[in-house]
Amino acid sequence: MFFSRFCKLGVHAIRNLEKSATLTARTSYAPKAHNKYLGSLRNELFCSTTAQANSEQKTEEKEKINVIFCDKDGEETHIKVPVGMSMLEAAHENDIELEGACEGSLACSTCHVIVMDVDQYNKLSEPTDEENDMLDLAFGLSETSRLGCQIIAKPELDGIRLAIPAATRNFAVDGFKPKPH
Amino acid sequence: MKSFGKIRRIARCFSTTSSCPLRICVVGSGPAGFYTAEKLLKAYQSVEVDIIDRLPTPFGLVRSGVAPDHPETKVVINQFLRVAQNERCSFFGNVSLGSSVTLLELRNMYNAVVLAYGAESDRSLGIPKEELAGIYAAREFVWWYNGHPDCRSLAPDLKSSDTAVILGQGNVALDVARILLRQIEELARTDIASHALAALEESSIRKVYLVGRRGPVQAACTAKELREILGIKDLGVYIKAADLVTTPADEIEMKNSRIRRRVHELLSKAVTPGCAPVAGQRELHFVFFRKPDMFLESDDKSGHAGGIRLEKTALKGVGDDESVRQVAVGTGEYEDISCGLALKSIGYKSVAVDGLPFDTYKGIVPNDRGRVLADASCGHVQHDIGLYVCGWLKRGPTGIIGTNLHCAEETISCISDDINRGALASGSTKPGREGLRQVLDSRNTRVVPFDGWGKIDCEERRRGSLKNKPREKLATWEELLEVACR
Repeated sequence: MFFSRFCKLGVHAIRNLEKSATLTARTSYAPKAHNKYLGSLRNELFCSTTAQANSEQKTEEKEKINVIFCDKDGEETHIKVPVGMSMLEAAHENDIELEGACEGSLACSTCHVIVMDVDQYNKLSEPTDEENDMLDLAFGLSETSRLGCQIIAKPELDGIRLAIPAATRNFAVDGFKPKPH
Repeated sequence: MKSFGKIRRIARCFSTTSSCPLRICVVGSGPAGFYTAEKLLKAYQSVEVDIIDRLPTPFGLVRSGVAPDHPETKVVINQFLRVAQNERCSFFGNVSLGSSVTLLELRNMYNAVVLAYGAESDRSLGIPKEELAGIYAAREFVWWYNGHPDCRSLAPDLKSSDTAVILGQGNVALDVARILLRQIEELARTDIASHALAALEESSIRKVYLVGRRGPVQAACTAKELREILGIKDLGVYIKAADLVTTPADEIEMKNSRIRRRVHELLSKAVTPGCAPVAGQRELHFVFFRKPDMFLESDDKSGHAGGIRLEKTALKGVGDDESVRQVAVGTGEYEDISCGLALKSIGYKSVAVDGLPFDTYKGIVPNDRGRVLADASCGHVQHDIGLYVCGWLKRGPTGIIGTNLHCAEETISCISDDINRGALASGSTKPGREGLRQVLDSRNTRVVPFDGWGKIDCEERRRGSLKNKPREKLATWEELLEVACR
């Protein structure tokens, strides 16, 4: 109970951090560097919470979560993503073709992904206004759409499945139907 | 013997496809051109892609369209840079289609040509006195503050009045309004052209009207740009509460479009009833349901704009209930706004080149998912083999940078189909870039290669660092070519 409260607090703090970060990113000329800094900051925060709850030996494996990317042709790629890393960074480190025109500075919607499981989607913090502004323009928007740069790996998201929307096909007619929430 | 010959022919056919590379020329180095090049290079190991651009500088609207205070949007240049560094890709700057090289020549030299040169002209209003001084296309104003060499000497009049009227409510209109209203210290830290910064520093514009023919539900801007302009420091925002009342048809439009819903919500939140202007504060007025009727000449300055007459409009639904579209119709009631500066932000238009089918009404090249249609007028669809379009020239001047990603994918799937059915292979190797070089040499064209752009880039950053700016753009043709050819 206490642990989950603590986690929530952490998430809250990070969300505030994100907010201030996006505000400064507007005038910052090195949004990428800024984001990297934010990324490591997130990492530390999460690491400390997980380290508290787990024994030393378990920390190592708990630091990475399983993520499955489904590409445009429906092919799946299973990768391990360190806690604290964004799905955009993770995709690029693993040669998964997820576009990232603005490199995570919340100025485009090219890293749009669809969370394929509503329960997983609900574990994510609400998108900020800035993210929603970009999602407005995303191609093939669905009820469980997010920007890959804004989904940060955390232990609860282990096993999350993310679909990369195809430009020329519609997931809805291809068998995948995101459930309304 | 006969079958042996056949086998040999097939074998030769195979060897031509494997040994001689496919050479593709992309015209235009903006997002549409670069995304096309990137995806072609990725899809085919044997393809060579040459990108030509009429400017000595690459990246199209990322350089000359994206507002200087949106540096994060320009980050995509990093990705295009990696494409240009690919050894199978070459950049030919300062090469203009139609004058340096013709379309026919390009088509003879390459297996395929992809036109992605965008939209470099403007739609006009077609109202009386549109030619008065002080009236500009928003594109020209944008090029001016972004240091495009073709608008270096635009010198828009920012001093003869305190009011600017912007016609249109899309993102370009909002960009232009923001540049006019934003605090100069904030602009000074961007890569805005220095001649524009100097003029804006002395600007007397305090009041900006954003005029739309329809209502807040139909405003063409996106939430990000709207949120940004509403958040400008020390700016009074004026929206009439009555304009925000929605009709059942508006409700349907908002239900069908998340973006329309969110834009309306933002505008509604910005309404501050009974708020009187604060002395000295800059003002932004959203004017809905008004269409331009005619420009008015200034009383004291002949030949110069002094105002604009607007006609009040009402919305009329066309189409069925579910996919209702509302158009503005005049009501016969007029009102005038005085202004010394008017910017028309009602849409860009592409320009045709010789030998290219062109739809003058839509301002695009008639095409089928990117394949140029040889003649759209006759009943049957006929593709012009080996000629493709991408970006604004293909679909008109709408969308964001990322839209070109999907646009390029669509065009490339057509190219792939044509490659797979052997339509683009030719008996002999096409001369490609060597042929292009020869033609340009024979005409004494000063080609700016990608490392020429590198020199411009370095020089701009160097000059920028002296002024605490990310870059100081070289804004004349002479300077650009001089630095590029050092």
